[in-house]
This record gives sequence, C-alpha cells and structure tokens, in this order.
Amino acid sequence: MSFEVWQVAWFTTWVAATGTLLILPPGIALGWLLARKVWPGKTIVETLVALPLVMPPVATGLVLLKLLGRRGLLGRWLEALFGVDIVFTWRAVVIATAVMSFPLLVRTARLALESVNPRLEQVARTLGAGPWRVFWTITLPLAARGLMAGAVLAFARALGEFGATIMVAGFIPGRTATLSLSIYHLVQLSRDDEAWGLLVLSAALAFGALWLSEVLLRKKTP
Amino acid sequence: MNLEISQLKLSLLSFTLEVDRRLDARITGIFGASGSGKTSLLEVIAGLRRPPGGRIVLDGTVLSDASQRVFLPAERRQIGYVPQDGALFPHLNVRQNLCYGHPRAGPEQRREITYKHVVEVLNLTALTERRVDSLSGGERQRVAFGRAVLASPRLLLLDEPLAGLDMELKERVIPYLFTIRDEFSIPMLYVGHDPGEIVTLCDDVLLLDRGRCVRRGSPGDLFAVSEAPRYALKPF
Repeated sequence: MSFEVWQVAWFTTWVAATGTLLILPPGIALGWLLARKVWPGKTIVETLVALPLVMPPVATGLVLLKLLGRRGLLGRWLEALFGVDIVFTWRAVVIATAVMSFPLLVRTARLALESVNPRLEQVARTLGAGPWRVFWTITLPLAARGLMAGAVLAFARALGEFGATIMVAGFIPGRTATLSLSIYHLVQLSRDDEAWGLLVLSAALAFGALWLSEVLLRKKTP
Repeated sequence: MNLEISQLKLSLLSFTLEVDRRLDARITGIFGASGSGKTSLLEVIAGLRRPPGGRIVLDGTVLSDASQRVFLPAERRQIGYVPQDGALFPHLNVRQNLCYGHPRAGPEQRREITYKHVVEVLNLTALTERRVDSLSGGERQRVAFGRAVLASPRLLLLDEPLAGLDMELKERVIPYLFTIRDEFSIPMLYVGHDPGEIVTLCDDVLLLDRGRCVRRGSPGDLFAVSEAPRYALKPF
C-alpha cells in the first residue's frame, strides 16, 4: 500500500484515539453522575447526551459547524482568545469524532459504574475515605474493565465517523482526510480499487477494536 | 459509650423510622423482623443516610442535628460498619483490605490498635496474602471485623454479620466479637433477627417494629428460653 494510504490510516487512528482520550474524563464523570446521583434535569441531560446517537450525523456536523465556525458562538471566542482556527482543520476532525463517540462512552461508563456495589463505597467511607479516595480506590478499579471496553467502543465509533466530520472538516487530503472520507472521495472519482484497499484497512481496524471491547466486557472485573 | 438518639425521624417505604433512645451498653442488640428499619437505623448512625429530623450525639460529638443542619459525613464519624456479607473489596487482597482504613500517619507504636495485634487476635496471620474470593464465609467476616477495627472506630455497627453462616461457623465466629469488645474496648450495635445471637452477645436490646422501638431491656427481659427456636420473645 502507498504512503498516502498509511498516512490516512495513521491519521484516522490518531484522531480517533485523541478524541477518545479527550472525552474520557467528562464521559466518566457524567456516567458517574447518572449512575450514582439524583439531580434535577437528569433526564434532560441524559436525552441531550444521547442525541448524536439518533440524530443524522450530518445534522450534528451542521450544529458543530455553526458553533465552531469563525462567526460561531464558540469559534469566535476560541479565535479571539487563542488565535485557534477549528473548522476545516484536524482539530475539527477530533471534535467531530469526539462528539459522535461521547454518547456511547457515557452509556457504557454509566453501566460499568452502576455495576459496582454501592455497599463497598459506603463501607469505604465508614473506614475514613472521602469521596475522592472512594472513587479512585474502589469505584474506578472495580469499573475499570467496563470503562476500558466503553473507551474502545468509543474509539471504534470514532474510526468510522463520516457525516459530522465531512460537514465540519471537509475533505482536505493530508489535513483532514480520514479513512471513511477517503473511501467516499475515491468512490466519487471511480477509483474503486483503491477504495477497496481502504475499506479492508478500516474493517480490520474496527474489527480489532470491537474484538478488544468484547474481550474486556466478557472478562469479569475482580 | 454514650449514643443519644433524639427524636430521629426518617421516612421509609411503608412507615417512618422513629427512635428516641440513649444507648450505653457494651453491645446493644437491635432486634426485629426483616424490614422493621434495623439496617436504616444503622445507616443513619453511620452517616450513610441523612435523616430529615432528629439529633444523634456520640460521646459528646454531634453526628447529626437536623434543626441545626449539622451532618458529619460518614468518613469523619469514626464509626465502623460491617454489613451482612462483609463487603470486602474484591480487587484488594486480605492485607490491603485490612489496611484500607488504618491510619497511615505516625509510627506504628503510637497507634492504639495495631495491624499486628488485630491480625493475631482475629487469627488472620495465614490469610493476609490471600485473595478475598478464596476465603470461606467465616474467614470473610473475620477480615471484615478486622478491617473495621483497624480504623479505630469509637463504635462498631454490625448488620447481621452472622446471617450467612451455618450454626457451627456462627459459634466459631462469635468469640471473636467478644474479643473485639474486650481486647479493643469497642462498643457495638448488633443488628440481628436470630434471638440466639442476641441473647449470647448483647447486654441491652431494642426491639424494633415498623420503625418504632416497641420494647427495650436486657436479653433476659425480652427473651424466654423455649424448645424451638431456642429463644423466643416473651409475651408483651
């Protein structure tokens, strides 16, 4: 395979990994809030977070474009403050994949955290551990396997992201071209053979990630 | 030990837990049918539930006072809690479980209750490097007692800690509770619904029924020896 193909595969993997790492802390925090706390507006937040799962990805992309564009609510602010351009750059690809993977991560994180027996956390508190120590020493280690599986699932989702990415980052070879964007582009140009090569590569990556997620979920947390 | 529970009120599913008692025995039993509010009472004392009404004071320290909006969190109460299944941390081995609440600051000899002493007294020496899922029921409970004791509690709450054990095992574990009481001078509240355990262990007994303390007295006042079960509540 050509250098370009490997470059696209590497960029896609890197973007998906960065996006997943970016959403890991807020995803786990929100999963914990949904799993353990009762608060007003919980159902609304839950629904809002799940929206990208059911909305057309292109629509989510449009929302992101309007938010992050130079005249957008966030984009204007980011440019003024840090001089950072978002749309049609690699940053936009990372954000699009992160936003699209976020609901999956939050759902799996919530399930993983709910599976930890609250009695263990309560006993830890009676042993003198404050909420943070309980979280780091009891909740997190016991939910770790489920959380890792959730992260891998989010990563797999990010690998195949198309709709939101094309809206907010476009297809710029060498800058924003991911595997799925490149496949679409090649098919448009009737270069099906090359598209097949990329398809095999993206299928292999997705298969590896999903397999790892299954393995993690099947093994019981101690 | 002097535990004052004044006008405690907590709404449960089908009734309200209402307790107004002063407890000062070495081991106080809380006896009642399943769902009579025993565990909820322990949770309130431990600081795991915030009662909307009432005041709880342990040896002069206000643990909670609804009218003053005082609520000391569980981690600052120094009240040990051992639930029915022991709730050992499954990802830690026995030694790590035992040390979880053991104060880490200061040299070993300055601490009142030492790891070595607890391990010896509760006969845990051979178990310290074992995984908790390899322990028998009786061993699990001994580790749970040891872990609670090592946090140097001012009061130990035991929520049916022998419920999952057969008769033979119960008889082997009960002496360890006396040891904890005598060796470390830790007072206990013992929740149970087996009259035999209550009579054997407790100096004072509260009888809870649908959240209310309907009787109180020594085990001898409350229970009469009968054929089967060996002990039964005396008629009102």
